[in-house]
Amino acid sequence: MGEVIWLTVKLAGVTTILLLILATPLAWWLARSQAWWKEIIGAVVALPIVLPPTVLGFYLLLALGPDSPLMAPFQAIGIRTLAFTFEGLVIGSIIYSLPFAVQPIRNAFQAIGERPFEVAATLRASPMDAFFSVALPLARPGFLVAAILTFAHTIGEFGVVLMIGGGIPGETEVLSIEIYQLVEALEWNKAHQLAALLLVFAFAVMLSLLLIERRTGRLRP
Amino acid sequence: MSAAPETSATGLIEASFRGRLGPFALNADFITPAAGVTVLFGPSGCGKTTLLRCIAGLERLPGRLVVEGEVWQDEARFLPAHQRPVGYVFQEASLLAHLSVRRNLLFGFRRTKDEQRIDLDQVVGLLGLEPLLERGVARLSGGERQRVAIGRALLSQPRLLLMDEPLASLDRARKAEVLPYLERLNSDLAIPILYVTHDLAEAARLGDRQIALNEGQTGPVIDSRDGAGDAGLGARLAEVGPDRLFEDLCAGGAPPELAQLTLAALLAGLPPWRAPDQRA
Repeated sequence: MGEVIWLTVKLAGVTTILLLILATPLAWWLARSQAWWKEIIGAVVALPIVLPPTVLGFYLLLALGPDSPLMAPFQAIGIRTLAFTFEGLVIGSIIYSLPFAVQPIRNAFQAIGERPFEVAATLRASPMDAFFSVALPLARPGFLVAAILTFAHTIGEFGVVLMIGGGIPGETEVLSIEIYQLVEALEWNKAHQLAALLLVFAFAVMLSLLLIERRTGRLRP
Repeated sequence: MSAAPETSATGLIEASFRGRLGPFALNADFITPAAGVTVLFGPSGCGKTTLLRCIAGLERLPGRLVVEGEVWQDEARFLPAHQRPVGYVFQEASLLAHLSVRRNLLFGFRRTKDEQRIDLDQVVGLLGLEPLLERGVARLSGGERQRVAIGRALLSQPRLLLMDEPLASLDRARKAEVLPYLERLNSDLAIPILYVTHDLAEAARLGDRQIALNEGQTGPVIDSRDGAGDAGLGARLAEVGPDRLFEDLCAGGAPPELAQLTLAALLAGLPPWRAPDQRA
């Protein structure tokens, strides 16, 4: 059981870190670009919110499977397939949680407005300098919310990991799948323990999100 | 590029901008000494802020801008805002909310490559900021914020200080608090200031020179301390009186509203003993 919890936390942690790195430039572009077609990209990013996880998982299974043209370059270096592997799970989780990271960061960037960047420019900060010295620190609450949501969302995901992970013990079997299998095996007691653990975790997540929101609301001048 | 030599004299600010930005059409053209305070004034919506933003490089309109012989903008060149040695004080203090007062003050200071002529101690003394230094900006009053914003702009070692109605968002008491600091700026530091306001009294009190602005068009530079024998408007006024000067201004191409504003500023800036019956 410890192994399952560790694997789940590892998946959520790796996903969160990689996703924050990926989502930051994307959210920045969506927040600041004047391009008319940016909302098309925005819609693609938001797609996992409304897409059934099994649909996403199914396409990922095809995309990461041995017959996929996307895998061809990797097969040259000896990776035949990413389906039913931990790496495959990470890719799936990143795509599945993308909107939960991009949206809060984008909102935080947009809430900054134009003025702080004008201030920074008149104080000799180049646009790149201002991104690191003004945009990132001012958007910090957005990053915190994005990290918490991504982590929690990955902990709780089921459909996608079942489709592309298959629930292989020690490799792709995470908490939500373990619970499902325990119930199937009529091991109600163990299922209870894990389910209660996730319930407490989910409550802690929501509470911390609300506290962050309250605090940043108060800080805003 | 033409082989023409640098025609601009040093010691001058030469600006000319023509074009439209949203609702504002600008047709501005002026040359003023790069010393003391030049006030740009006019009714709200006349394009004062747009003009100032063009000078800072925050907006881009076709035109030409030369500051002390250095071309900041012409047909071939547009120096981006962060490469112009300007300080800009916005109407709202616009302090960076994630930094303390001290770190707001030092934001530009740490990024200047020029010689640092103005240091933190000097600015803190000049603007009375000592008790505020370690505070977060959320715990400052409106007047305190604006003083920090002015200090921050000064510490970026500007060769030109641009101030956009820095007193307009303050109530009467806060205005009275900040105004003496502004006057000291002028006398203590050798930084030329372009100061935007819609308040004629403020323009007369702070300015060494005034330029009226109406519907995006600038009038001639007013220096009310021009004495007899000067070629300036002040001397002309003493010579021919307001009615004739008004006609002259209109004949020189100024629309009546602009000529009227110019005359009003000239009269407002005149020492009382020089304008006994002309105010009627």
